[in-house]
Amino acid sequence: MRRAVLHTLALALALALAPAAPVMAVQPDEVLEDADLESRARALSQKLRCPVCAGETIDESNAPISRDLRLYVRERLVAGDNDAEVLDNVADRFGEYVLFEPRAEGINWLLWLSAPLMGMIAIIVAWRFLASRAQARPEEPARLSEAERRRLDEIMRGN
Amino acid sequence: MIAEFGHLALILAFMLSLFQMTVPMVGAAKGWHGWMDSARPAALAQLMLMLISFGALTMAFVTSDFSVRLVHANSHTSKPLIYKISGVWGNHEGSMLLWVLILALFGAAAALFGNNLPPTLRARVLAVQASVTAAFYAFIIFTSNPFWRMGNPPFDGRDLNPLLQDPGLAFHPPFLYLGYVGLSMAFSFAVAALIEGRVDAAWARWVRPWTLAAWVFLTIGIALGSWWAYYELGWGGFWFWDPVENASFMPWLLAAALLHSAIVVEKREALKSWTILLAIMAFGFSLIGTFIVRSGLITSVHSFANDPERGIVILAILVFFVGGALTLYAIRAPGMTAKGVFAPISREGALVLNNVLLSVSAFVVFVGTMWPLIAEMLWGRILSVGPPFFNQAFTPFMVVLALVLPIGSIMPWKRGNLGRSLRPLRGALVLTAAVMALVFAVSTGRSALAVIGAGLGAWLVFGAIAELVHRTGSSGLSRLRRLPRADWGKAVSHAGLGVTFIAIALITAWQVEDIRVAQIDEPYPLGPYEIVLRSVDRVDGPNYISAMGRLEVTRDGRPVAMLNPEKRVYTVQNMPTTEASIHYGFFRDIYLVLGDQQPDGGWAVRGYIRPFASWIWAGSMLMALGGLISLTDRRHRVAAGAARDARPRGAVPAE
Repeated sequence: MRRAVLHTLALALALALAPAAPVMAVQPDEVLEDADLESRARALSQKLRCPVCAGETIDESNAPISRDLRLYVRERLVAGDNDAEVLDNVADRFGEYVLFEPRAEGINWLLWLSAPLMGMIAIIVAWRFLASRAQARPEEPARLSEAERRRLDEIMRGN
Repeated sequence: MIAEFGHLALILAFMLSLFQMTVPMVGAAKGWHGWMDSARPAALAQLMLMLISFGALTMAFVTSDFSVRLVHANSHTSKPLIYKISGVWGNHEGSMLLWVLILALFGAAAALFGNNLPPTLRARVLAVQASVTAAFYAFIIFTSNPFWRMGNPPFDGRDLNPLLQDPGLAFHPPFLYLGYVGLSMAFSFAVAALIEGRVDAAWARWVRPWTLAAWVFLTIGIALGSWWAYYELGWGGFWFWDPVENASFMPWLLAAALLHSAIVVEKREALKSWTILLAIMAFGFSLIGTFIVRSGLITSVHSFANDPERGIVILAILVFFVGGALTLYAIRAPGMTAKGVFAPISREGALVLNNVLLSVSAFVVFVGTMWPLIAEMLWGRILSVGPPFFNQAFTPFMVVLALVLPIGSIMPWKRGNLGRSLRPLRGALVLTAAVMALVFAVSTGRSALAVIGAGLGAWLVFGAIAELVHRTGSSGLSRLRRLPRADWGKAVSHAGLGVTFIAIALITAWQVEDIRVAQIDEPYPLGPYEIVLRSVDRVDGPNYISAMGRLEVTRDGRPVAMLNPEKRVYTVQNMPTTEASIHYGFFRDIYLVLGDQQPDGGWAVRGYIRPFASWIWAGSMLMALGGLISLTDRRHRVAAGAARDARPRGAVPAE
């Protein structure tokens, strides 16, 4: 229930702000000293969706909440969390709506497997079609109708 | 007065379309020539009326007639003229008017250039096209009237969203619409052929140029949109897998598949029912795209006109046309039999594989785009599907596509041999390996993406060149000029795809980013360059106030560029925007963005080096250029030319 309310609120805000002016995303004062941690933080913030914007990651977004989230991500990294823990932490607070990479669990398996499944089905169908073509017997070409013959004459004379 | 004139023209065009969708259709069924031929003047008159209607709305915008509600809501007297004009389609109602103008344009084009079509097919194509147009006329007139007047005209307008006040708006939507709507021709041809009950090589030859034209426009439209996002959104991204982008990408993929399957119908009379299905689905996805953009049902950065009620009307149009066409398809498709006989390893087989890859990848984009909606409706889960998913699920198909494309396109019809087809490509393989080695040597050793991506792209480029050389045979390069334009178009398009692949791999792997507080006159490094912020000045624009930075870029002490990124505030809507400043280069773009002033007097500055950025759009333009070259191929003109020649000969008695 709370998630639904949050979502509606987010949508309403998004519509009010859309398209939000992308003035500045990551600010200089957010950047961590440790280059490795910083690059992990950037990678993570590109997987997290700004909860109130239309479709931006917190990395691109200019909304205050995105800044808070970016700072939070860095705080957790400095505290020693691994990447998955940070994502889980944020998702626990804001719902899985903020995860741009949907978790491979439950019904989402259908999403993740849709590409390979569809690919395999398409390959099988295509292969059966190709096999049937290879075994088909060539057909007598259809004869031209009277109108078609006249049109052909016309074209031949034209050139 | 002028607005009413435009409104009236729109209503007349609607009535004409109702005439055109019925009378010629009945005429075709009964064999009445007068009724069939009435479609052509009707289609031309529709275009004239729509030009008047669209012209009237443009006039209202140019003269800032604020008694028209739409002008009031989207324009302002101080707005520069070009944005007054492009502002006509920078909103829901006006863009729908542009949409039907283009529908009418394609209908008229089919009427004009359809000389070589059998009269019944031509009448049916124009009737189907008119029915699609009629639905959208009705949509505009009853739900989105752009000519609505206000009782008390206000003194000034509310201005256009500042992000849209950009030359990008002048070109991106018209090209995109030409592409979306161009696919309606493929749809009309497919439905007409289903009614006619006849799909053959000639049908494929007629439908192909229309699909090709639509695909070319869609390619240009998407590339322009991507470039616009690149320079406007302020951090240099070029593709976001946003629902609205996906909405244009799905029809593009399907149109590309349709182009290739229509070749098989044209040359070998196989894949007929699949090609018809693709033609229906390609336009169906254009409509789905419109629905996604207009309904606001799926959250997107680009949605500028959300209205669930209008969304439902578009959904109804979508269901009616796609549903109707698919029903017709279900009835007629079993009657379509393939004729050509061929082995799996053959050009036909390669084109089937092309269709598998393109249509499955379109399906993947579709599932990813709709998944949040499906998950919420069926399981109550509110989730997001973003770039990480698409990059993982979509990319493998493109990798396979790039691997097999050069081999497939050189393969002979009917029966091929893998080893023999690889032989002319040996040179291309060697050069590709050389490019991969070079990229590996230049990159600092951590990126497999750069090596593989650039390798695939190079394979496409060199493969296209190798194929051209192979086609000249033993007669040497002099034959190159005499190759059919279609061969040239194919090579240029495929090479363009390769260039785009290289660019995407290298920009992703090699970009350099720098975020810092820059103090005035204190230089700092960005990659191999040195940047100095000289000053930040206040500049007054026509309808905005700007803080403009002056940043000097040097390399080894030599000046490279002076860049002027801006922070603007548009005064009417009181909305801040950033204008990035970009130094475009052949191998890299330098991209600077100005941020806020810091308490210590310095300014936040974001700097990027984006390697090979221009290659993304150069590659896309090559793809479009290839399509254009192919459109001028002789075989698309030969019958039309013959018809032109035949007339004077009949009129002037032989001596």
